[in-house]
Amino acid sequence: MSPGESSGTNPARDAVLAAVRRALAGTDRAPRAARHRPAAGRPADVDLFVERVRDYRAEVVRCRPDEVAGSVGSALTGVAGVVVPEGLGFDVDGALVDDGLGARELDAIEGVVTLAAAAVAETGTIVLTHGPGQGRRALSLVPDLHVCVVAAEQVLADVPAAIEAVAGQPVTTWISGPSATSDIELIRVEGVHGPRRLVVVLVEPRS
Amino acid sequence: MSGTFVGMPAFPEAAAEALRNAQLRTNLAHATGTIRAKRLAVVGEVEGWEDLRRAGAAIKDEVLLHLDEHLVELERNLQAAGATVHWARDAAEACRIVSGIARSHRVEEVLKIKSMVTQEIGLNEALAADGIAAWETDLAELIVQLGDDLPSHILVPAIHRNRAEIREIFLREMGGVGRPAPADLTDDPARLAEAARLHLREKFLRAKVAVSGANFAVADSGALVVVESEGNGRMCLTLPEVLISVVGIEKVVPTWSDLEVFLQLLPRSSTGERMNPYTSTWTGVVPGDGPQEVHVVLLDNGRTRALADEVGRQALRCIRCSACLNVCPVYERTGGHAYGSVYPGPIGAILNPLLQGPGHDEQTDSLPYASTLCGACFEACPVLIDIPSILVDLRAQVVDARRGGVPGGEALAMKAAARTLGSARKVRRAERIAGLVGRLDLRGRRLPGPGKGWTRERDLPQPAREPFRAWWKRTGGRG
Amino acid sequence: MTRVALLVTCLNDALYPETGRNVVRLLRRLGVEVDFPEAQTCCAQPMINTGYLDEAVPVVRTFVEAFAGYDAVVAPSGSCAGSVRHQHRLVAARSGDATLADRVAELSPRVYELSEFLVDVLGVVDVGAYFPHTVAYHPTCHSLRMLGVGDRPTRLLEAVRGLTLVDLPAAEQCCGFGGTFAVKNSEVSVAMGTDKVRQVQETGAEVLVAGDRSCLMHLGGLLGRQGSGIRALHLADVLAATEAGS
Repeated sequence: MSPGESSGTNPARDAVLAAVRRALAGTDRAPRAARHRPAAGRPADVDLFVERVRDYRAEVVRCRPDEVAGSVGSALTGVAGVVVPEGLGFDVDGALVDDGLGARELDAIEGVVTLAAAAVAETGTIVLTHGPGQGRRALSLVPDLHVCVVAAEQVLADVPAAIEAVAGQPVTTWISGPSATSDIELIRVEGVHGPRRLVVVLVEPRS
Repeated sequence: MSGTFVGMPAFPEAAAEALRNAQLRTNLAHATGTIRAKRLAVVGEVEGWEDLRRAGAAIKDEVLLHLDEHLVELERNLQAAGATVHWARDAAEACRIVSGIARSHRVEEVLKIKSMVTQEIGLNEALAADGIAAWETDLAELIVQLGDDLPSHILVPAIHRNRAEIREIFLREMGGVGRPAPADLTDDPARLAEAARLHLREKFLRAKVAVSGANFAVADSGALVVVESEGNGRMCLTLPEVLISVVGIEKVVPTWSDLEVFLQLLPRSSTGERMNPYTSTWTGVVPGDGPQEVHVVLLDNGRTRALADEVGRQALRCIRCSACLNVCPVYERTGGHAYGSVYPGPIGAILNPLLQGPGHDEQTDSLPYASTLCGACFEACPVLIDIPSILVDLRAQVVDARRGGVPGGEALAMKAAARTLGSARKVRRAERIAGLVGRLDLRGRRLPGPGKGWTRERDLPQPAREPFRAWWKRTGGRG
Repeated sequence: MTRVALLVTCLNDALYPETGRNVVRLLRRLGVEVDFPEAQTCCAQPMINTGYLDEAVPVVRTFVEAFAGYDAVVAPSGSCAGSVRHQHRLVAARSGDATLADRVAELSPRVYELSEFLVDVLGVVDVGAYFPHTVAYHPTCHSLRMLGVGDRPTRLLEAVRGLTLVDLPAAEQCCGFGGTFAVKNSEVSVAMGTDKVRQVQETGAEVLVAGDRSCLMHLGGLLGRQGSGIRALHLADVLAATEAGS
């Protein structure tokens, strides 16, 4: 039995696939010409990234590698309870390390610090693949403040570059500013269910 | 069952009714005007936007022309990633599958991410009949659900409601289904959003089962994609134990890298943003992260009918951005309810008839005529759906479906016109008769019968005493 | 360019013959000996856009017979030119008549909307017109989006001596005519037209100009009923006007 042929056990599947084939009978199904636009391959502009993140009314803190812990600490000033994933790579004062906290436990924590997998200059987006230092998805979702540490060399020019960078990852989250809604009279309000504050700590090498 | 609301009148009556609602027209003009400007600004800054549109259309065409192969590949990769794949021929079958999964977990409620397809199949009503409450978690859907209302826009379902109405709905209804709205709630949009946050948070934290749609389903990896703004989607995709995603079969894209095109086209066309706040992708069960039981329901429900329509097939490229609604001058005046379906606006005017077939009912048959064929929708569509051409083709299908019966007034008029316009001699004779009418002063007249619609608020033109062809005959064009 | 035919359009023929005469005067002034094939009737768009394809077949047949042999066909209508160029092939396909399909394919590309013919074929922008009035121009949808005439009409108008062209807000939005839409959905049609008319009035223009008499019939009907005093004229009416009077 070739792939896609009837498995003999699922009449709905058989019916839908048969209906597709009937619908396309008599149609030229030859492959189409090349359909991808050429990759832009543009250099990433870190300043543009900062500008675009701020456009979403997220905060950006720029710092040197030896200032990361201090910048993160400042961003967490006055925050009641902080959680971090394993593998963050630096210490956060008084932070709890996630060991599979339940949703209600996470809800009682105000801040979270994570790393990112990549970032996009053109759209001001950070991309998480939820590996070490980034934590599982709930971690960067339930607390109300998300501090995300991004290295300048992780900033890519555009969406195609980021899609390529995270290809093959079983789970990705693309974050562009704090959660927002425009559902009431199309007026943008930051902060609905996701973190109402997003602070991006951008780590740039000493020049 | 279908995406058409039961018992809705045909478009002209529903539209006329909507036009009398001055508040609605003000809300709509403001909202669509705002979003049009935002869209133009962010589209304008993309170099090669037209190339992107062509790429989006080409990818979707490739999907549609090889849909069986892509679906089988998607199924295989979903299963390999630990998801259970179900197939549904129609709405009832899809609802049975979802309800069955929910009931097997003995839950009394499920959480919902905003999804067009679950509205199309009437999932909430079907679950309610089985004793399961489906809570909408998108703010606009929550407003619609609490207000026992119907959605009127693909992206902003409560676009017809203003802040004062929303405050009133929250104060009146939230307490009956969960945490009440704060007693001192104002109509400040930030306060209203916060009330929704607090109301839904307890539901997120206790949820066992969530139901989503998907913006895209990637065949080569089995990844599903949800594009959203508020984070309610992330909550539903992450916190519950069981996730059920209902996915129309046209949502497939062949490869992961195809997403690079759609993640640029969709947010800019939809909310007029460079990127929406949150996009989630997940591939089946992700060990240690999120729901450990994942179901995907692949739904036909008329899509293969649309696929068989050679002109209309391209409507299945639609990525539900709603740009066509926002630029449509008809939608701007009537709002979404007049279309009588979860798919309003220009895309609804083609999608509903394509999914159901011409001659299905009066309401659906009226939709292809709910357009001036101005082409603004085609110009805005990120995947180049030629909506005006499909509308014209569907009109022919509607007319053809009614041939053979007793011809109505319009059919008789068209037949008569065809006879007259088939020959210049007959046109000359008709013009001589019209010339007699031309001696009457028609200004300010309101006519009965077929002329009524025109003359209620518009003057009729005076037929010429000497038509052009008579002048040409008399003067040889040198008069 | 040896043989040029005027597709006057059924609407201009019966209701607005002056616009047809103005196209003839304008083209003669520019040295084009335009002919009027008397066998012509209509482009069949009313039938096609209402869904009556069978009924459109004899009309399209009459059309290709009437205009056979001409090098160019000029229409003072973006809508009719658009229908010929984009829709006649659908009618021919429906007829199952391969000869008709061939004749349509051969003729359709040679059908021009007036501003296209002036700017692209004749290569003129200044047609020597004089029109000392304030004008608002409404770019009709089929000219704009079906044919893509772009700024050709406004370039022609800007070159008219004495003419002041004012900016019409939301100019590219449809006026609400839409063929049988104007009757089938008359309430929506009037609502759209009323907004357009209000925007025209707010410009202070004395004259509303467009390239399609169908849209002007709708807008002019609204202007007339409101007693606004604003005249609705076709592009050809303005371009044909000269200092000597025409």
